[in-house]
Amino acid sequence: MTIVKYAAAAAIAGILSFGAAHAQEGMVDELRQPTLESLAGKKVVFVPMSMSFDLPEGWAAIMQKEATRLGYTLDIRDANWSTDTGTRALTQAITEKPDIIIVQNFDVASYARTLKKAEDSGIKVIQVNMKSSYQTDAFVGADWFGIGQYAANRMVEKCGKASGKSGKIALIQGPATAAASVYQLNAISETLKSHDDIQIVSSQTGDWDQSKARGIAQTVIQQNLDLCGIIGFWDVMDAGTGAAIKESGKDIYLITSGGGNKTACQGVENGTFNEVISYDVEGQGRDLNNTIKVLLQSKEPAGALKFALYTPNKIISKETMTINSCWDLDLLKK
Amino acid sequence: MIMESTPQSLTSSGTGKSAKMGSRIGLTQELIVFLLAIALFTYFSLTLDNFLSSANILNLIRNVAMLGMLSLGMAVVVIGRGVDLSLVAVMAVSLTFSIVLANQGYAFSAALVLGLALVIVVAIIMGFLIAYVEIPAIFATLAVSAIVYGLGRGVIATLDVNNVPDNLDWFLFLGRGSFLGIPIPIWLFAISALALYLFLRRTGFGRFIYAIGDNISTARITGIPVRPTIILQYVLSGVMAFLAGCVTAASVASMNMRMVNSTLIYDVLLVVILGGIGLSGGRGGVRNVLVGTVLIGLLLNGMTILDFSYTVQNLVKSTVLLCALIVDALLNPRDEQTSQQGDI
Repeated sequence: MTIVKYAAAAAIAGILSFGAAHAQEGMVDELRQPTLESLAGKKVVFVPMSMSFDLPEGWAAIMQKEATRLGYTLDIRDANWSTDTGTRALTQAITEKPDIIIVQNFDVASYARTLKKAEDSGIKVIQVNMKSSYQTDAFVGADWFGIGQYAANRMVEKCGKASGKSGKIALIQGPATAAASVYQLNAISETLKSHDDIQIVSSQTGDWDQSKARGIAQTVIQQNLDLCGIIGFWDVMDAGTGAAIKESGKDIYLITSGGGNKTACQGVENGTFNEVISYDVEGQGRDLNNTIKVLLQSKEPAGALKFALYTPNKIISKETMTINSCWDLDLLKK
Repeated sequence: MIMESTPQSLTSSGTGKSAKMGSRIGLTQELIVFLLAIALFTYFSLTLDNFLSSANILNLIRNVAMLGMLSLGMAVVVIGRGVDLSLVAVMAVSLTFSIVLANQGYAFSAALVLGLALVIVVAIIMGFLIAYVEIPAIFATLAVSAIVYGLGRGVIATLDVNNVPDNLDWFLFLGRGSFLGIPIPIWLFAISALALYLFLRRTGFGRFIYAIGDNISTARITGIPVRPTIILQYVLSGVMAFLAGCVTAASVASMNMRMVNSTLIYDVLLVVILGGIGLSGGRGGVRNVLVGTVLIGLLLNGMTILDFSYTVQNLVKSTVLLCALIVDALLNPRDEQTSQQGDI
């Protein structure tokens, strides 16, 4: 009996010690290695509008870090503000057969056919911030409709009947066919349909240029002496709009939107903008990285998944601004 | 002796020619554009509220002051039978250079001086290529434009919009301030127009430029220092570009290098040609630039008030310009002499 007892005790001890040893070594994560393997050595090509402004610079910095960490490559092909150069870059990229192409569209039409061609040849396509009318595997970017809706509702509050102001507002758009312009404009007109007290006295394109925006704003302010508010479509351009408002010495409520670069916070702080609707480039960068990883792991062929990650809007005003509201490109690149 | 008598004889031959043309044609292009501007002005005054207010008129001129200053620079070169396609690149990059230096801790005045130095160096190199290496101006300036823009985007700054450092009220005053109720950009435009007018009409070098534009071989035989004068033309246009850049940067507290990709350089050429300064050189002056600038200003201002879309604005602008050119072609048909001189 005692022998049996000892044997049992030894067996239990053995099992226990084995268990303890096992606990010390941990468990193998069956998912990790295949995941890493599905990412390493893959090829991602990014075709931004131009690598010379805050948004693509920010996205590229964030994507590059993740690419380096996980061992896939990120090639940047600069369209340099030209649809032609961009189309050439895309066509060239298609012949090289990368796994993913990420593209920032100038407008809703120009790249549509080329993007379809890319998908047809088996390359997954992510569109960032500026959508094409052609829906590819994924869209990551600003919710232009939501931005327009918010801005229009704020104008109703600030300039509508209840405020006792004139109700006159002006819009300074980007190029007429850019996604940021068409979807935002649609949201603004939808929202204001039920508000007769708001009147859009001018809707002009500043073509993403601050000098043009300044000139237009100055003329519109001069022409409508009781102008109450302006909705601008990009903070970098609306630095010009803000300058015209300051020069006029009038109290005109300026709402704009942008990637939340530190210049946006500086603009709110020094009174150039009343509110900036930020689509938070840092958050978008993380969304982009996640989308890249999902598509690289997915066994589905190109064009099968169709999904979108709309960035939540972050409102930056004097009241809501914190030290973390904006980002700094130099710090992001570190 | 030859040098002394040259400007005199050129002046007299110049006026003689224009007087002859005037009597033959009656309507110069400058006059056509001027009449067109008057017509537009009357139309807008009658149809648009607030158009005729002094504030709007000042606005109108203020918004084209930068274009006007660039056009003055271009005019000097075109009169000397050249063309400067690098104006916009030089303007954008030199100011960006100054702003970047200032953001790195240089005093802004010193940074501006260095920016101006960059402009002058570029202009001298460009002028040298055209005057001594004898590369056609259109190619030399196009190449220099690309090099300067490349330097700006590749070496000087990574972003194309660079903000002027805070607390530079004296600099922003150039774009936003006013004196005697008139915005500073208009003053700067007016002063530079007057200075260039005096330079072109009253100084020997100014007359040399006309002589070179009219007939470079004759100018050379007459003893005019042709090559140095050509370099001087490009330095002058560069300085005008820098000044226009200061006004632009001061207006919006930043400089945008993306401007180089815009159609601005064509607008500048259009103001010059529309105003009646022929690309064949030797003709026209500051007054032509003023007329051309005012027409463009009127169009832009009126169409903005009318809330025309950007595309329609471009359409109207181009159509008006084309009409002016057609009327000019009908009234001033090309003769053997002008076609031999050739346009671009």
